[in-house]
Amino acid sequence: MSEILVVVDHIGGAVRKTTAELLTCARRLGEPSAVYFGAEDGLIPGQLARYGATKVYVLDDDAYRDCLVAPKAEALAHLVATRRPAAVLIPSTLEGKEVAARLSIKTDSGLVTDASDIVRGEDGAVETAKPVFGGAFTTTVSITKGTPIVTLKPNSLTPPENAGATVPIEVETVDVAVSDAAKAARIIRRESRADLGRPDLAHASIVVSGGRGTGGDFDAVEAFADCLGAAVGASRAAVDAGWYPHALQVGQTGVTVTPQLYVASGISGAIQHIAGMRSSRTVVAVNKDPDAPIFGLADFGVVGDLTSVLVQATTEIDSRRASGA
Amino acid sequence: MNIVVCVKYVPATADRRFSAVDITVDRAGVEGTLCELDEHAIEEALRITEADEGEVTVVTVGPEEAADAIARGLQMGAHKGVHIVDDALHGSDAAATSLVLAAAVRRIGYDIVLCGMASTDGAMGVVPAMLAERLGVPQLTLASQVTVEGGTVTIRRESDTATEHIEASGPLVLSVTDRSNEPRYPSFKGIMAAKRKLVETWSPAELGIAPEVGPEAAGTRVSAFAARPARTGGQIVSDEGEGGVRLAEYLVAQKLV
Ligand SMILES: Cc1cc2nc3c(=O)[nH]c(=O)nc-3n(C[C@H](O)[C@H](O)[C@H](O)COP(=O)(O)OP(=O)(O)OC[C@H]3O[C@@H](n4cnc5c(N)ncnc54)[C@H](O)[C@@H]3O)c2cc1C
Ligand SMILES: Nc1ncnc2c1ncn2[C@@H]1O[C@H](COP(=O)(O)O)[C@@H](O)[C@H]1O
Repeated sequence: MSEILVVVDHIGGAVRKTTAELLTCARRLGEPSAVYFGAEDGLIPGQLARYGATKVYVLDDDAYRDCLVAPKAEALAHLVATRRPAAVLIPSTLEGKEVAARLSIKTDSGLVTDASDIVRGEDGAVETAKPVFGGAFTTTVSITKGTPIVTLKPNSLTPPENAGATVPIEVETVDVAVSDAAKAARIIRRESRADLGRPDLAHASIVVSGGRGTGGDFDAVEAFADCLGAAVGASRAAVDAGWYPHALQVGQTGVTVTPQLYVASGISGAIQHIAGMRSSRTVVAVNKDPDAPIFGLADFGVVGDLTSVLVQATTEIDSRRASGA
Repeated sequence: MNIVVCVKYVPATADRRFSAVDITVDRAGVEGTLCELDEHAIEEALRITEADEGEVTVVTVGPEEAADAIARGLQMGAHKGVHIVDDALHGSDAAATSLVLAAAVRRIGYDIVLCGMASTDGAMGVVPAMLAERLGVPQLTLASQVTVEGGTVTIRRESDTATEHIEASGPLVLSVTDRSNEPRYPSFKGIMAAKRKLVETWSPAELGIAPEVGPEAAGTRVSAFAARPARTGGQIVSDEGEGGVRLAEYLVAQKLV
């Protein structure tokens, strides 16, 4: 069966959710081999085998950590040339998309970014679903050239666990001589973001967001989020006002989220905001303006003041839980 | 420091964009504009050359009307424009666009190629990385802050998990986010001066890249297109003092809590 390369998204060895989704898609196309950038001692092969990887390539070089994008693209091009996979699947992070972009040029291959699904088309081509125009439309895009490259958005599908083979996963260390040219953009300093004790926004299954309507007070938004075990997001208006960090901005120029539940509070629903949350399964809006465009998108909406509504909802859920209801 | 800014001409407002999609066969009559995110790239280029010296050239690959995007760049203060226009370009993908741009910026000559973070219609955000790959130069992309000192450029980039400070020396490709700066409005003087600035029009053939662009050369094929079904049956309640309870009940009923 043809080999499918899957780039592992991990933080210090801890595999992020997207990787399981990528492996699930890869199994539909062929036999998944994981590509792991990082030190082998951090790798937990079982995390990958569980979702169907039969092999993992470990690539460890300072350049992958200390330089921007280009070294990883070079390494993947080397794997494409030597292993001749039938496709390369990459997580749709900012870095992932740029790695994919460079790889597509290096290998003269078709590329689809931000796909929401990947299958084998009737004609045998790799076929993707790709939301366009802020998620208002979904296109079906086939890749017709070279080694198909796809980046997949987080939360696109629910991977079945233990779908993988029971055979032990094969670990192969690959050494690629990274060129000096690829090392030209050096990361001279990196500040990890403070851990807020909440789920990661892009991967969260519930997101509660606040906008200008919070007036800068995110207490009710955060309390409701914590009650639901949710990530907190913000509109650009709230970020621009300095109320919330940019890393938590949802929208066209921020993070794209695809949770099971998205709660927009004090957010009007500008097209650029919607672009980042339209694919949410269920949308709830709290806004004091009954004509706010966000209600046009909502499965459930409350016209009212967000602070009183969210505080009451938090209390109600807490007390239902306390009474075991 | 000579800077080439890549700008895209995109369908004007969000509303028009959607109506344009509805009638994909006929995009005619849809007004276009300079991509808002590319204004940040022009602004950054102007700031760099104002602090130092040098020339700013705006370049676009697009139809006749895309001349408007160049005009806007010249009004903001760019020195000259290059418009690569050809019917064969219609339907080109990011790879083809980057091929044309690479040939164009090579001919223009550059210390920095500056791009926006993404085009508001396509929003792939891949052209800058592709351009760096084709030109064989370092990429400093998605900068929320740019510092230029001598020939060295340092950016701040908000990655998925961290804030990174990244450094490279020119020539290079730089792209900036909407957080990098506040784009200026053209002044009356700027608008008048723009009329006398040079805009060159090149064809892909002149750049020596005839057959590789257009839909046939693309690596992907769109086979279907569906509007996302409108959400129906959304329930909107008015808070008469129990809005929060209603919200909680809804979430419980949907098994979301
Ligand atoms: C190129 C570009 C990119 C952009 N990218 C993004 C992006 O990534 N993300 C993004 O969010 N925006 C983005 N924007 C900005 C976007 O156009 C809107 O300006 C922004 O989303 C508005 O944020 P908001 O809804 O919080 O504020 P507003 O539009 O001001 O809405 C505030 C809402 O709060 C309601 N409200 C006020 N008080 C209360 C209360 N007490 N209780 C309940 N409701 C209340 C009001 O009725 C109103 O509906 C972008 C814009 C451009 C031009
Ligand atoms: N047709 C084009 N002409 C000039 N520059 C472009 C074009 N398309 C994209 N770009 C540049 O590449 C950036 C990213 O675009 P994209 O990859 O299409 O999202 C834009 O912000 C522009 O700076």
